[in-house]
Amino acid sequence: MKSAVVVFPGINRERDMARALRLISGHEPAMVWHADTALPEGTDLVVVPGGFSYGDYLRCGAIAARAPIMDAVRMHAQKGGLVLGVCNGFQILCEAGLLPGVLMRNAGQKFICRDVYLRVDRSDTPFTRGFNAGQVIRVPTAHGEGNFIADADTINRLEREGRVLFRYTDPAGALDPAWNFNGATNAIAGVLNEAGNVLGLMPHPENHVEPALGSTDGRGLFAGLTEHFARAA
Amino acid sequence: MKGRIIVTLKSGILDPQGKAIEGALKSLGIAGVASVRQGKVFDVEFDGRDRKQAELVLKQAADKLLANTLIENYDVKVVVTGVRQAPQPHR
Repeated sequence: MKSAVVVFPGINRERDMARALRLISGHEPAMVWHADTALPEGTDLVVVPGGFSYGDYLRCGAIAARAPIMDAVRMHAQKGGLVLGVCNGFQILCEAGLLPGVLMRNAGQKFICRDVYLRVDRSDTPFTRGFNAGQVIRVPTAHGEGNFIADADTINRLEREGRVLFRYTDPAGALDPAWNFNGATNAIAGVLNEAGNVLGLMPHPENHVEPALGSTDGRGLFAGLTEHFARAA
Repeated sequence: MKGRIIVTLKSGILDPQGKAIEGALKSLGIAGVASVRQGKVFDVEFDGRDRKQAELVLKQAADKLLANTLIENYDVKVVVTGVRQAPQPHR
């Protein structure tokens, strides 16, 4: 799997992401600068990592979403290439119009930095084939604006089309407002675009890929993607 | 010539910052405040004097960057400033 990690000023999770990609796919990802206008030839997966692009000025992800490299990311997605946005990356993809909805300030107004539980609702996508449907994973989260909202029609469509891949749940995988720490609509933590090739996810599976860090629950995302491309090859 | 873009959250969109400000105003004892919504103001200065063109530029700026129209409304205004009288002959 040839991956490219897009780097904007203010992004700070790009090296964690690159490390996870390298460890699990066995290939060094290309780091692509925001001012570049093209992705490396043969890129399979584009990752927009987390952080605070442009200091979260204006709206989270708004300025990065209009950076020159995003035209290349949009073209990659239009051609069916896979795109993954994590945390600020999710916000950037929403602002770029590659994903529906908006990530609003957490309902409790606080920046939340801790481990959370996610239920993987489907395992039949390139992003989730490394998990079992219904599996609960523990991954770190760190954001102030992760409260996913969209108009009622969009939410209904997302649900009807099975485009919600990850939800905030309790440790047993049950929906519970007490575990939906940012107040996201329907506890949505990760959504797919209409074509099924762009995923946005708020928490950080890239930080739970090594036993030394206490959990390897995040490996499934990268292992699944690697397998997806290995089979396609 | 100057322009102003005002961006406000659409009604029905939860505004936690506005809520917090509302709470702070109430705890300060400022009476009569029913609710507060927070928005943004952008002041823009123009080189030229074409009012219509300025209005188009403001709308373009709001649509392309300054407002996320999924959750926000915007309003633009052009203010013509410093229009001076043509010089009169000195007598």
